[in-house]
Amino acid sequence: MYTIPLLGRGDFSEWRDAARMLATAGVSPREADWRVYGLEEELFEAVVPPPLPKADGIAPPLTVPPGFLPLAEAVVCHTEPGRYHLLYRLLWRLQSDRRLLELAADKDVAWARLLAKNVHRDSHKMTAFVRFKEIAGVAEGRRRFFAWFEPTHFIVARTAPFFRRRFADMDWIIATPMGTASWDGESLIFDVRPAENPGHGDPTDELWRTYYSSIFNPARLKLKAMQTEMPKKYWRNLPEADLIPEMIANAEANVRAMAERAASDPPLFHYRLQDAAHAEPQLVPVSPGTIAALREEARHCTRCPLHCTATQTVFGEGPQDARVMMVGEQPGDQEDLAGRPFVGPAGKVFDAVLKEADIARDGLYLTNAVKHFKYEPRGKRRIHQKPDRGDIEHCRWWLAKEVELVKPRLIVALGATAVFALSGEQKPLSQLRGKPITMERNIVLYPTIHPSYLLRLPDEAARKRQHALFVEDMQLIKHLGETLAAQQ
Amino acid sequence: MKKSLQQRLAVLSDAAKYDASCASSGTVKRDSVTSGGLGSTEGAGICHAYAPDGRCISLLKILLTNFCIFDCAYCINRSSSNVERARFTPEEVVWLMLEFYRRNYIEGLFLSSGIIRSPDHTMGEMVRVARELRTTHGFRGYIHLKSIPDAAPELIEEAGLYADRLSLNIELPTDAGISRFAPEKRPSGIRRAMGDLRRKIEAADDPTLQTKKRKRFVPGGQSTQMIVGADGADDATILKTSARLYGSYGLKRVYYSAFSPIPDASRILPLIKPPLVREHRLYQADWLYRFYGFGVDEITASTGGMLDLDMDPKLAWALANRHAFPVDVNRAERETLLRVPGLGTKTVDAIVSSRRFRRLRLEDLARLGVSLRKVRAFIEADGWTPRRLADRADLKTLFARKPEQLSLL
Repeated sequence: MYTIPLLGRGDFSEWRDAARMLATAGVSPREADWRVYGLEEELFEAVVPPPLPKADGIAPPLTVPPGFLPLAEAVVCHTEPGRYHLLYRLLWRLQSDRRLLELAADKDVAWARLLAKNVHRDSHKMTAFVRFKEIAGVAEGRRRFFAWFEPTHFIVARTAPFFRRRFADMDWIIATPMGTASWDGESLIFDVRPAENPGHGDPTDELWRTYYSSIFNPARLKLKAMQTEMPKKYWRNLPEADLIPEMIANAEANVRAMAERAASDPPLFHYRLQDAAHAEPQLVPVSPGTIAALREEARHCTRCPLHCTATQTVFGEGPQDARVMMVGEQPGDQEDLAGRPFVGPAGKVFDAVLKEADIARDGLYLTNAVKHFKYEPRGKRRIHQKPDRGDIEHCRWWLAKEVELVKPRLIVALGATAVFALSGEQKPLSQLRGKPITMERNIVLYPTIHPSYLLRLPDEAARKRQHALFVEDMQLIKHLGETLAAQQ
Repeated sequence: MKKSLQQRLAVLSDAAKYDASCASSGTVKRDSVTSGGLGSTEGAGICHAYAPDGRCISLLKILLTNFCIFDCAYCINRSSSNVERARFTPEEVVWLMLEFYRRNYIEGLFLSSGIIRSPDHTMGEMVRVARELRTTHGFRGYIHLKSIPDAAPELIEEAGLYADRLSLNIELPTDAGISRFAPEKRPSGIRRAMGDLRRKIEAADDPTLQTKKRKRFVPGGQSTQMIVGADGADDATILKTSARLYGSYGLKRVYYSAFSPIPDASRILPLIKPPLVREHRLYQADWLYRFYGFGVDEITASTGGMLDLDMDPKLAWALANRHAFPVDVNRAERETLLRVPGLGTKTVDAIVSSRRFRRLRLEDLARLGVSLRKVRAFIEADGWTPRRLADRADLKTLFARKPEQLSLL
């Protein structure tokens, strides 16, 4: 049996050095007796470890999987007496079973994880519940603070760097029964010896207590939720905690009093504000009978329920005297956010095609058959939903008004929805594409595909083919538009 | 007589407490060692205290002023309320926040405000506080600002440079509810503001062509809050609205706040006890939607639009879909395991990782921290099959809370 005396106050290296030596010498976990002597130095020095057996030849260097070090560093900070033995057992088993740590259900692994979790939690609570009190400074221009804290495990040294990262511009001391950490702007010092509480106060605590009791809502009492997260063992050193019993005791009476007090008459300024609000003109003045007026009107459209789920109406855009009008299906995710048609992925494809066909986008009037985005939320995204007959019919009113005002000679219907909205035609698009239909008022309707069709084609070759066809369509449309204009 | 700082702190924190948001997590890592100044953010947030209402206190949550020109029925600060009014100067907020921070009471600031004069003026004052903290005082901690729907885009843009998070409360799940209880607020305006912010965040996240650097803009994202129980909306409506908001505007969180009576309450609202259990169930359902692959319809289908108050929504779903169980923990896909009541995302990952080495038994699950009482009826493991347990007609009663006998007074 080999007895290994340890200080046992969270120092990882004392265990690591001993464990490395024992493991290299081939001492099995059964033969190792890990003893914690704490700070009682006489006892500590009395134990002289027996000489280790000589390893045969040159022992291979001791290695562990990467997950082991952080786990072991946390576990040594625990107060559990069996922690060193557990770690050595794990180290021993890891030498023959490299993937042991991945077996979360293993007894040793599960226990080590549990201890590490306790340590992490204690460390986290320290970052939360340390309360600094301002004390007299020692260095010119630097403020100095002191905190007394009582952790459950030996976590002060491992948690102190957090306070350095956070409070770099002030001097601070955190004293605990598990040791003291301090920072003076240059070095972070840890003293392992237990400290005592000098009982400093701070006048700012009064403001904090005011805040704490005012932010509390007496109508909701959830004491269990409070106590699981802020266990009573920490209350002693929290300046706000002694307010809690009274806050709880008075909560019900406060709520009852709130309910019994009947609603009072509004203060005078309320009436002044209301009058002022009603006096303001509600609408931006625009000359009636223009696209601008129609757009303003459409902004407030509530003809169908889609307005409640979409961000905004995406109305058509382009010159009111455009010769060619192009009608898509409905706005998509990007259009819905931007409030403009054809700006999303399909819009980008469309822009590229227009460029290839040498058509200037700003000479066209671009709009959609349906003016609000219809979709189904799926996690962090929105899945486009095809507008149904009802949606199209609700919105046809706006489309008809746009056609009436713009008076185009040629309307390009991009996709089946647009064809249906404009002509009522329900045949498959493949039968209609590229065959102009003459509508009332001698307007020519040219059906073609929607640019998003190109995005949906999985096959690269097919996409290229369709892209070329779409460009051809657009060139034809350009020509058709010019011919029709010449006839006028 | 002018109120003291302490008196105004009491008024303006009392006025801010109905905003449930308190998160200080999910932003970039910063510290004051390398860059100087004060403060840090480390990914995970820290709750520095808990109040007896069960809510964590992580940030100094205050209003710049509780004067407001709006008259939203559910709000303690509505113009028709006789609540005590006060205001802070931006300098006072900066001082309070820094002194609180140095004593480790808080992670940072959550600043909101009643709307005074105009949206631009109000937003401008809040931005001033954030700018002072970041530039004059080198503050590296967490800042959450409330954004005002109709404020100028430049102000929102500047706010986004200083703030870790911006939020805008939708308050009620339906447009009709908003129009009824908050007549001055326009639901479409709120949605548009959220959409604009999403576009700005995405634009900043695109690496620039020259430097390939991403701009830092609201790294903690945007969030919102919905009041539960003030209007008649059912849980399905609330959750559908949340799903829409998550999907449309990339929100990091939707907070649910059980409507609770406020001092000098409006006559049009019910004086009820806040539906705390309902609020809790909504959070659970929200989690199921975001992290467990459940659809909103699935969660609310079996219960007619309202979540079961007696059991969590996952258990309720499992009991209504008994044909999907038992699930074999040694074979089932991750997605299927996530649907077992009593197995959380971490446990499921541990199961998936462990079972590559050997078949798992019930004891193994217990060591992973699983409550066997909860999962037993729904799983198969090595040496365990629930057989009769899973077929029991009264399976539900195994999970019901024990009835409590009333005691005589």
